[in-house]
Amino acid sequence: MIEIENLTKRFGPFVAVDNLSFSVAAGQVLGFLGPNGAGKSTTMRMLAGFLRPDSGRIRIFGDDLNERPLQVKSRLGYLPEGAPSYGDMPVRGFLQFIAQARGIERRQRSARIAAIMARLQLETVANRSIETLSKGFQRRVGLAQALIHDPSVLLLDEPTDGLDPNQKHEVRQLIRQLSDDKIVIISTHILEEVEAVCQRAVIINHGRLVADATPAQLKSSSDYFQAVELELDDAEGIAPALRQLAGVREVVVTPGQGNRVRVMAAKHAVIWPAVQAFLQDRGIRPQSLSVSAGRLDDVFRRITVDQDPGREGEP
Amino acid sequence: MNTCARVVAVYRRELGAYFTTPLAYVFLAAFVLLSGFLAFEFGGFFRREQADLLSFFNFHPWLYLVLMPPLAMRIWSEERQTGTIELLMTLPLTALDAVLGKFLAAWTFVAVALLLTLPMWLTVNYLGSPDNGIIVAAYLGSWLMGGSFLALGGFLSALTKNQVVAFILSTIASLLFLLLGFAPVAQVLQALLPASVAELAISLSFLSHFQNIAKGVVDSRDLGFFLVFMLSWLLATAALIDWKKGA
Repeated sequence: MIEIENLTKRFGPFVAVDNLSFSVAAGQVLGFLGPNGAGKSTTMRMLAGFLRPDSGRIRIFGDDLNERPLQVKSRLGYLPEGAPSYGDMPVRGFLQFIAQARGIERRQRSARIAAIMARLQLETVANRSIETLSKGFQRRVGLAQALIHDPSVLLLDEPTDGLDPNQKHEVRQLIRQLSDDKIVIISTHILEEVEAVCQRAVIINHGRLVADATPAQLKSSSDYFQAVELELDDAEGIAPALRQLAGVREVVVTPGQGNRVRVMAAKHAVIWPAVQAFLQDRGIRPQSLSVSAGRLDDVFRRITVDQDPGREGEP
Repeated sequence: MNTCARVVAVYRRELGAYFTTPLAYVFLAAFVLLSGFLAFEFGGFFRREQADLLSFFNFHPWLYLVLMPPLAMRIWSEERQTGTIELLMTLPLTALDAVLGKFLAAWTFVAVALLLTLPMWLTVNYLGSPDNGIIVAAYLGSWLMGGSFLALGGFLSALTKNQVVAFILSTIASLLFLLLGFAPVAQVLQALLPASVAELAISLSFLSHFQNIAKGVVDSRDLGFFLVFMLSWLLATAALIDWKKGA
């Protein structure tokens, strides 16, 4: 259990994190979202004990991070943004240092290192210095150091940033495989990642909490929720008639792709049965038909841009 | 886990890091060559026709002025520059654990450099019969002085993530702590300042304390000066690292 209460952090006049409160229960994978500069990394750094908040407090399994830093830190695994590591060290040597600093007993150390290297497929590069490795391998080394002591809380700051799609997939697989009693907080601005691995999404903007819900709930507040997407031969011709159907808010014919139509639903309206009946009546067979579950990027944009447009573009 | 084990973890990593870079070997070579060159060329090692190492140790304060800042500048600046400080300080370590581990590693490195000058000692023993007690004391004094330069430089390195800035700050500060006891400067201080203040300033200088030890006068005040000096800067560094968490 992580409890974050009224967390505030300023850098000079700039308020990076503004009275942020939320808690995370054991077993949850939480996606921590926000545009660049929203205060995600600052919050992660405070959770990891690297930065001290100006006010507010953080408790992890009941222990206050400020009062018992060593006890709390020993239960945390942290992957900082960009996965920094000692580039001139070989992978195995680096993990040995982490294991020793984390107090893993000498007798268990080599078994632990072997296990984590196997899990992250690092054996082939065990003796190479970290700076000579590819970005994907470096990220895996970062994950290995965060996981080596089997932490109860895992903090990952943009774990897939800069990785290719295959590497992203691997990292997500790994996060899903973590045992059920861990707390995982993943900060990211990649929305597909939240849909892929998180049960809960917390969105912050300008350091303040602006949304806290499951990805499905968030998507249901999207303008695209329950929208019907069609591919038709004569899109332009049918669009006006579709517009007349009950519960239809808008019909958009995608410019440049003349045969694609998006029928947007009014709030809380379910329009796909009506659209289907309409097409059947007219004997029109669409080349494709799909109902949108809502789009996270749309919700994300609405929450983080419209809310305070005057401050857009600040660091 | 106790403090000792945590310090050892940092110590081992740091010491390993010194020897994985070619810089370490360049440094060691420069140390041995320069110290020898200064002793033979300017110290009149042979011309003095005396079986001692005074001509060798006399140059150590000035040698350290040149060689300790580049060794100390990376201690913390590099961690900030590469971002590894975020990794280090989120491990279950206190700031003091990390400060001590890093300092002891750097200080060990200086010990290695000093050990590589042992042929000088063997030479004087071959050529004559020096007072080996004095030489041991001088080596000890030199090592303590080196540690004091490092502790000071380490603190200044924690101030900035720019290694060049750390180097310059460290050179200036080191020069200050040398010059306070340098005879011409000391005379000016005595002329300008009240006697007690001038005495205090001069007593902070590495030069006089080191010269006492190098002459074989092992006084607890001189040894104590270096130990207290080091400890103070190490504690200040830990406080600075901790303070930066909140800044």
